This record gives sequence, C-alpha cells and structure tokens, in this order.
Amino acid sequence: MAMLSKRRIRQMRTELKYNKGIIVAISFLLIIALLSVFAFLSPYDPDALDMLHKLEGPSAAHWFGTDDLGRDYLTRILYGGRISLLVGVVSMLISTFIGVTIGTAAGYFGGIIDNLLMRVVDILSSIPWMVLVTVVSIFLKPGLQAIILVIGLFTWMSIARLVRAETLSVKEREYVLYAKAMDQSNIFIILRHIIPSVLPTIIISATSDIANAIMIESSLSFLGLGVQQPMSSWGSMLNRAQSVLGKAPYMALIPGLMIIFTVFSFNKLGDLIRVFVEPKAIEK
Amino acid sequence: MARYIIKRILQALPLLIVISLICFMLIQLAPFDVIDTIAKPDMAPEVKEALKAKYGLDQPAYIQYIRWLRQMVSGNLGYSIVTHQSVAFDLAARIPNTILLILPSYLLALAISIVLGLAAGSKRGGRADKIIDTLCSIGMATPTFWIAMMLVYVFGYKFGIFPILGMHTLGQDNSLPDLLMHLILPTVVLTIGDLPGTVRFVRSSTISQYTEDYVMVQKAFGAGRAEILFRHVVKNVLLPVITLVGMSLPRLITGAFITESIFSWPGVGTYFITAIRSFDYPVIMSVMFFSSVMVILGNLLADICYCLVDPRIQAMR
Repeated sequence: MAMLSKRRIRQMRTELKYNKGIIVAISFLLIIALLSVFAFLSPYDPDALDMLHKLEGPSAAHWFGTDDLGRDYLTRILYGGRISLLVGVVSMLISTFIGVTIGTAAGYFGGIIDNLLMRVVDILSSIPWMVLVTVVSIFLKPGLQAIILVIGLFTWMSIARLVRAETLSVKEREYVLYAKAMDQSNIFIILRHIIPSVLPTIIISATSDIANAIMIESSLSFLGLGVQQPMSSWGSMLNRAQSVLGKAPYMALIPGLMIIFTVFSFNKLGDLIRVFVEPKAIEK
Repeated sequence: MARYIIKRILQALPLLIVISLICFMLIQLAPFDVIDTIAKPDMAPEVKEALKAKYGLDQPAYIQYIRWLRQMVSGNLGYSIVTHQSVAFDLAARIPNTILLILPSYLLALAISIVLGLAAGSKRGGRADKIIDTLCSIGMATPTFWIAMMLVYVFGYKFGIFPILGMHTLGQDNSLPDLLMHLILPTVVLTIGDLPGTVRFVRSSTISQYTEDYVMVQKAFGAGRAEILFRHVVKNVLLPVITLVGMSLPRLITGAFITESIFSWPGVGTYFITAIRSFDYPVIMSVMFFSSVMVILGNLLADICYCLVDPRIQAMR
C-alpha cells in the first residue's frame, strides 16, 4: 500500500510538473474560494445604490466598474461567486449522495431492485435536462434553496450509472464474498467494502459535478429561473447585463470569464484527481 | 436482426408510457384547473360544470389519462392558459423555425468536429492535438449564452453588421437575404456550443481505433499514415458518430432554448421559456412530452442504425 501511494504521489508530481495548467487552476480555485468567503472585507456594500455613478467602466475606485444601479461590480462579483460556488458544492453533495445510494443499491442487490432503479434512471434521463429542471423549478418557490434542490435531485443519474457498474465488479471480489460468508449485514458490507472501493469513481465524478452544477445554475439564473433579486449569482448577473449590453459590455464579460475559469479549473482538478486515484489509466 | 429491432422497440414502449404518465401527473399536480383553459372567467359555475362534463374532466383520473393520451397522440395538445390558443397550432408554427436554426449549425458542427477530431486523435500528443484539446476544455467551460452575448456586443452593437433580434426585419418578411443575416449569429453560437463535446467524442474514438490490431497490421505491411487514416480508421470512427447523430434528434426541438431566447428567435425555445415564466402548464407539458418522446425515439433510431451498419452487432444477436 505504501509503495502504491508513493507511486501515486510521484505521478502526481510529474503531472504537476508537465501540466502547468493544473497549478494555475488550483490556485485560481483557492483564490476565488477565499475571496468569496472574505467578500465582506470589500469597502463597498454589494447592495448599496449609487445613482450618480451608475454604469461607470472600470476605474481605480471601482476596479470592475459599477452596474446599472451604481453598485460596485467587483464586490457583486465576489458575492455572486459565493452563491455560484455554494450552489455548485451543495447540489454536488446532494446528487452524489443520491447517485451513490442508488448506484450501490442497484449494483449490490441486483435482480428486481437493480432493474427498477435503473429504469427510473432511464426515465429521468429521457427527459432533456433543460426541460426537466425548468419544469420542476416551477413547482417550487424560486430562490436559492429551490435551485440547489432542483439541480441536486435531478443530476444524479450519471453518477448512479457509474457507481452501479463499479459495484457490479467489486461485489464479486473475494473480500466481499468473504464478508458475505461471515454473515455480515448488507448495509455494513456496502459501507465498509463497496463504497471505499468505488470511492475514486465517486470523487472524480463529484468534481465534474460541481462544474456541471455551476453551469446549470448559471443557465437557469440567466433565464431568470434561478436565484432571485437582490441575491445574485454569476448567471443572474449575466441576465442583468443583457439589458445594458450595448452600454456596459464589461458587465457581461466579467461574470462570464469567472464562470469559464471556475468550471475549467474544477474540470482540471478532476483530471488531477484521476491521475492520483487511477494511476493505471495514466500509464497506458 | 429484425428480432433485435423488435426487441428494442418493445423496450422503448414502456418507457414512453411512463413518460406520458409522468407528464399527465404533473399536469394534475400543477396548481391550475384544465377547465380554465377552455372556460372564460366570467362564465356561470353551471356552464363550467357542463363544459367539464363535455370534455370528460369530471371522469376518474385513469379515464382522463387515456383520453388525454389519445388526444396527445392525435395531435390535439390542448389550449394555452394565457392566450387560449391551440398549443398544437403554435408549436407547428414554431418547430420549423427551430429546425431552420438547429439543422445547419448541427451539420456544420458535425463536419468541423470530424475533421478536428480526426486531426487531433490521429497524432495524439502532437501540437495540433494539444491545441485542439485545450480549446475543447475551454469550450466545455464556456456557457453558450455568454458566447452569444459577446457576439451580439461585437457584431450587433459595436460594428452593427448583423441584426440581433428575431427572424426578419420589420417589413421584410419575405426577403431571403434578410433572413440569412438574422440566421448567422445564432448559427455561429450554436455551432461553437456544439463543437467541444463532439470534437472530444471523435477524438477519443479515433484514439481508441489507433490501438486496434488492424492498424498495427497495416503499419507492418508498410501502409502510409494517410492510407491508414483515410482508408481504415475514418470508417470505424464514423460508426459511433451515427449513434451521436441519433441521440441528437431531440435537439431539433430543445437544442436552442437559451440561444433562441437571447436572439428572440420565434422558435420552440422562446415559446417554452415564455410558458415557464407565465406558468402556462399545457404548453410546458406538451413540450416536455414531445421532447422526451424525441429522446427515446432518437436513442431507438441510433441503435437501429448502428445495428444496420455494423455487421458485428448483427452477428452477436
């Protein structure tokens, strides 16, 4: 085991050495996470209106300019990042939890349970996600909780499929068969043996899930179906920017770049984790 | 093979039924009464009751469901709550507009993707591969609506080259050049939006083909790079692309929701988004029903095409 982890760390080092993009990505994520946590240190209130200084381009006082109500755009970007990241992480947790539960249950128990659960996955995957998520969102009161729930509850299908496939092979391994022969309870075997074995898959898809959730959130908020005013995310800021696009292109440019960098960085982070947990995949 | 196709169709049927049940249930759950789409608000309660009986809305749920399904299949999709217009009529007017937007951009993206994917995958790790792969990673992280906004700013506001709203300039409803001008920006956006995923798909399919034995054999016989690529690899790479095309069938309806709404393109997307905002349930459920049916049919079609093209699958069954 020690040998294995040494090799993994060595591989990670080489990967970091040859793939500078990953370092940039991770530093970006750290900075953006810190900035959105400490957003309150900004000298400006994100909701303070200043009609005398509205739609001003970037300047020394307002680095990212001001929006159509004179609010400091940098501060709003930071608070928006808070919401975007929060939605990404929390809905990832929800969808991973559901996906792992369904996936392990289907793979481990097999038979009718597997059949039933996978048909549910098939049905949910048959409805285009855009339609599914928007339809569900009209049944809930729009807002932060609604969007987190909608994304979390309806994006677990791919993770369930992956985990199920892995579970199918893991459950035939000797240590699981042995545990079964020892008459250990199913729940115990799943928690103790199955989930740790499929953990690499779970972590990799969880990382890309965050990126996905941020994308979905921004699309929904852009359409006005996501977080509601005065709260804003990068997506809803883009929605707002649309109406003043001709006068203030920076208002559209900046949140978009933030989304791109963040999603790109989470995907890169996923690649790095893949190198760590699946050394064999890289050696090919 | 006929057996396989029949088996696949039989598998798809229950899925269709369940989807229709879900749509029906959502309509029942939605906080509105179907009778309101037919009756006028000032009607007497007795008249409303009579109308309810006439349309079978006083029947038990399962009878209503069968009735509703029969109507859906025969093309009667009910009436909008907001405009009291026939949903089928509105959709029929909008679907061609959406197809006009989606089809060219999809074909364009597919053609570009096949070229780029083959170029990247055939020289894995090369310079072209690295550039294409990085661009794909960035593209995957870029929201299409943001690309749309940037293009609208540059070409619409700044240089004023292309119109940014709708399908026609007022008063030029039948002018083809005008329509083409309106088409360009949204088409570019949709093409760019499609590229990263499709290029990646073709690229990884190409890479996996190069690990196959037949490539090694060809090399051993002294075949050139171009010969291996064009005479052998391309054919095998294009096979899985058929699956991809089949799975893209639902895009003909749902592929451009956000792009349409940015450009105010009068297609299914803007119709659906407007319906969502005004809680127009009959419209929402019709779009949901039809797009899901398209997904299932698309997957079915992809499987059948694949089976027809790839002799190995026929042999397996």
